[in-house]
Amino acid sequence: MGDLFSKFDPLIAERQALLDTGVRDPFAIVMDEVKSPTLAVIKGKETILLGTYNYMGMTFDPDVVAAGKRALDEFGSGTTGSRVLNGTYQGHKACEDALRDYYDMDHAIVFSTGYQANLGMISTIAGKGDYVILDADSHASIYDGCFLGDAEIVRFRHNSVEDLDKRLGRLPAEPHKLVVLEGVYSMLGDIAPLPEMVAVAKKHGAMVLVDEAHGMGFFGPNGRGVYEEQGVEKDVDFVVGTFSKSVGTVGGFCVSNHPKFEVLRLVCRPYVFTASLPPSVVATAATSIRKLMHAGEKRAHLWKNSRRLHAGLRELGFTLGTETAQSAIISVLLPDQEITVRMWQALLELGLYVNMARPPATPAGMFLLRCSLCAEHTDEQVGDILGMFEAAGRAVGCIG
Amino acid sequence: MTDRQEIFAKVAEQIAPFNKKGIALAEGTTFAGDLEWDSLTVMDFVAAIEDEFDIIITMNMQAEIETVGQLVDAVEKLRG
Ligand SMILES: Cc1ncc(COP(=O)(O)O)c(C=O)c1O
Repeated sequence: MGDLFSKFDPLIAERQALLDTGVRDPFAIVMDEVKSPTLAVIKGKETILLGTYNYMGMTFDPDVVAAGKRALDEFGSGTTGSRVLNGTYQGHKACEDALRDYYDMDHAIVFSTGYQANLGMISTIAGKGDYVILDADSHASIYDGCFLGDAEIVRFRHNSVEDLDKRLGRLPAEPHKLVVLEGVYSMLGDIAPLPEMVAVAKKHGAMVLVDEAHGMGFFGPNGRGVYEEQGVEKDVDFVVGTFSKSVGTVGGFCVSNHPKFEVLRLVCRPYVFTASLPPSVVATAATSIRKLMHAGEKRAHLWKNSRRLHAGLRELGFTLGTETAQSAIISVLLPDQEITVRMWQALLELGLYVNMARPPATPAGMFLLRCSLCAEHTDEQVGDILGMFEAAGRAVGCIG
Repeated sequence: MTDRQEIFAKVAEQIAPFNKKGIALAEGTTFAGDLEWDSLTVMDFVAAIEDEFDIIITMNMQAEIETVGQLVDAVEKLRG
């Protein structure tokens, strides 16, 4: 009998070879205790968290936690149903209201994850005969949204306005087109030149969807994302986001001013054919979103932390994904898998958790240690983080 | 040269810079198996072909193309 799993043999062998060198498994960390947005206990060791995307540190906000407890008491532990059947509670509506206010848009639709939001939006609005044009470095959920749908898929070079223009120019004029962009690209932490890209998309008659998963909360005057900061609100047709980063819980959404937007609730399969978020989750999300509207001080501190970490790591001699701190993601580029894992482990043993990322998730076959800052990291913690990077970098030999 | 031979020659020209092992090209040469290209190489190569012929090869089409011959057929069709 053939074994369907034999196709995974090379990956299993590669992993085993890596683990046989004696390193800890970078993809099997367990947080035994979580003390705050920036501190956890891993294998008995108190560890600073620098790889969580918990940008605004809302996970332990007292108002957010209280709202979740109240909803758990009043509405129970789960909805056991789809949004279109028995799974829409007052809390789901309140959450969509909060999003409409936050984004100042006419429509908001909440999905069970950000992954499903991209899956649902892209596969539903781009159908047979339409075109989706996406950045080559797009998140997996964007690619999967393309593969779930029936549209024709065209990629352009990462952040290349010229390549996007050229590709759109070669497509036939009649079919409908959707250009999918991200505000912040999460592997290197670089941002998109949205005014130029959106202008090109509009020139060719395409609609534009921007995924602001890593931009919500701290870009733009109202924290709406890179598209707000760069002043292209009028030309962006759909904004997709997640509750799993700045909002500090789980869930996904899309907001839009499109007059026919509400029809999605009937035709979007990843919205219809899955259970809705639990009442406690939508209550925490709504409370967090409303608090993020007035989080100017936190935003300022997050930017300060990001700039300081970027400058400090650079000064230590590390190679980083961007010239300057463009977002709250600072990526350290390392030469190969072995050095990356050794560096990752050295940091962990010193008491610092960062994300390790490797191909195929990374662009151009890169090995990365990805740091994401939190508004709740104190100045002292950022100092400690730099100290740990210095010690680990010297021990592993990746800085002089 | 027929149109198809001409396209084959131009495709072979575009393959050359990516053909690190100097594999001899035939209709049945496969990109993943014989040329051992990874997804990044495929992306660069497809962009080069698209520029050469001023066409778009969608990802849907790329999924169906495994051999040099199939690519030549696709280019012939797309150029119209
Ligand atoms: C750009 C981007 N879009 C979408 C998602 C999916 O979000 P979620 O974690 O809510 O599924 C993520 C995060 O994983 C992301 O980085």
